[in-house]
Amino acid sequence: MSAPREQGWLARFDDANALLLAVRELRALGYTQLEAYAPYPVEGLAEALGPVRNRIPLLVLLGGLFGGFGTLWLEWYASVVDYPIDVGGRPDASWPAFVPAALEMTILFAALFGIAGMLFANGLPRLNHPLFGVPRFDAASRDGFFVWLRADDPRFDVHQSHADLARLAPLAIDEVGP
Amino acid sequence: MSAPPISLRETNASITDRVSDITLERPTGRLWMCAFALSFVLTAWLGAGIVWLLARGVGIWGLDIPVAWSFAIADYVWWIAIGMAGTFISGGLYLARQGWRNALNRYAEAMTVFAVSVSGIFPILHLGRPWFFYWLAPYPDRMGVWPQWRSSLFWDFSAIVAYLIVSVLYFYIGLIPDLASLRDRARTRGKQVFYGLLAIGWRGEARHWQRFETLNLLLAAMAVPLVFSVHSMVALDFSEGLLPGWHSTIFPPFFVAGALFSGFGMVLVLGIPLRRFFGLGDFITDRHIANLAKLMLAAGLFVDYSYASELFNAFYSGDRYEIAHAMQELTGAYAWVYWTIIGCNVVAIQAIWFERVRHSHAALFVIALLVLAGMWFERFLLIVSSLYHDFLPSSWGMFYPTFWDIAFLAGSIGLFFLLFLLFVRLLPLLPMFELRKLRARLDREAA
Repeated sequence: MSAPREQGWLARFDDANALLLAVRELRALGYTQLEAYAPYPVEGLAEALGPVRNRIPLLVLLGGLFGGFGTLWLEWYASVVDYPIDVGGRPDASWPAFVPAALEMTILFAALFGIAGMLFANGLPRLNHPLFGVPRFDAASRDGFFVWLRADDPRFDVHQSHADLARLAPLAIDEVGP
Repeated sequence: MSAPPISLRETNASITDRVSDITLERPTGRLWMCAFALSFVLTAWLGAGIVWLLARGVGIWGLDIPVAWSFAIADYVWWIAIGMAGTFISGGLYLARQGWRNALNRYAEAMTVFAVSVSGIFPILHLGRPWFFYWLAPYPDRMGVWPQWRSSLFWDFSAIVAYLIVSVLYFYIGLIPDLASLRDRARTRGKQVFYGLLAIGWRGEARHWQRFETLNLLLAAMAVPLVFSVHSMVALDFSEGLLPGWHSTIFPPFFVAGALFSGFGMVLVLGIPLRRFFGLGDFITDRHIANLAKLMLAAGLFVDYSYASELFNAFYSGDRYEIAHAMQELTGAYAWVYWTIIGCNVVAIQAIWFERVRHSHAALFVIALLVLAGMWFERFLLIVSSLYHDFLPSSWGMFYPTFWDIAFLAGSIGLFFLLFLLFVRLLPLLPMFELRKLRARLDREAA
């Protein structure tokens, strides 16, 4: 028996517009633990599901700062503190010559932080998931648009929620889990 | 408005089915097998060359004093340059919201990943003791030494490392939703497990998509300056040197233009046969090919301008060594290389001005091959022409390639095509989710 948050009803809709309307209807009925699945990013769908927390831009900024200033610090430490070499009286801390490597590391670490953040926030990698147990869900990566009413929603009731979904005229309703 | 970038007959289902069937259902053709066998033989030749090089040292190449850099460095610059256009197509055209890019970016990114991987072989093997290549990286070692931060060679190293890692990850992240499509459509257990593992459980939830899209946008925005900086660093390897012909501030922009030029050439050389053999005419349309040709022409004109400016500046400077270098290029021992370059990179591309040529795929294929050859010769001449005639006549000397110089050039081409052929067989050739999104956008614009 899996936890309620891994159960519920999965309804399939015709297209992106029907899915968007269905999500808005369900939100209006007071459901909060909704997930929507589409074969491509549908504009406005994430916002319709509720407040969105997207910290990727912040992570990318932090990664860039870490990579850039970290490299500058390493270059400064190596050439001023750890192993200073006097080459014709030139300054140990040659900032202009430190910039190119720092620029490359800025981009590298910004990308690494962003990618790690995207995977972590999306809960990936996760090779198994109760939705993969629903045969019809295969279409989510082709032409299927789905809403999943999770059983951990305070308003969730096995019969009432099924009826709420059925009123939205979906193509099909399947049970997720247990 | 010209034809839409994707046929309006296509639906979400048909896009997915047609693209994934190429990977999942289509039998491996005889042509693919022949191409694979040929690439494999060439790669084996490269492998033999590497073993021989490790045993005997870089002397197996025709390197000597004064020409201590030649084929290997030319190969390196040529390959990394080819990668640039792939990143530009997926990053730059994405930021510019060019819908037609969607059919091209997957194989262009694959081309980037493989070209950069192949290019990385050369500088490492050129080190003399390649097994110590990790000394290039800064790490706290027992010797207590650090890399030379002020050297353009270290800048170049950090640029290649950053570019290789970012382009591989960018390619892979963009693949994940399509790998999920293949996972869901695969019928044999082996394929389900293979694509299932690669897709790391992607399901397509709306908030996942949103983070994915934000990340893609940011990666694209970072990839474009990365492309420009990486090839500028490659150029600084030369322009920080004091040799006539190298010591010039024009090098970074000149190198970037040349990189995009040869990269668009390679995108055409790969795209025209792909489109034909896999029947992708509905996705990679005549318009795509013509647009690529125009981009190649534009980059080529910039390269041609650099050639003119290089000559002009040599004579205008009044510096006798710069003038002697320019005269050597035009009339010296390697003049045949120079005029080959002019024929390929200046004369041949002018045909693209004609609409008939832009719509003849055979003609564009030939021109793109000429551009690739011309750009290789340009890299070669750029390196050798400055080294073989520097300041003192007593230190002049010719370069002659050996059998192994040829082996590394041909072998690297073999390795590139080997990797590309594996990509064609195992991964989706077109980004399905981007095409589905593009389709939805067209519908919205029509409504």
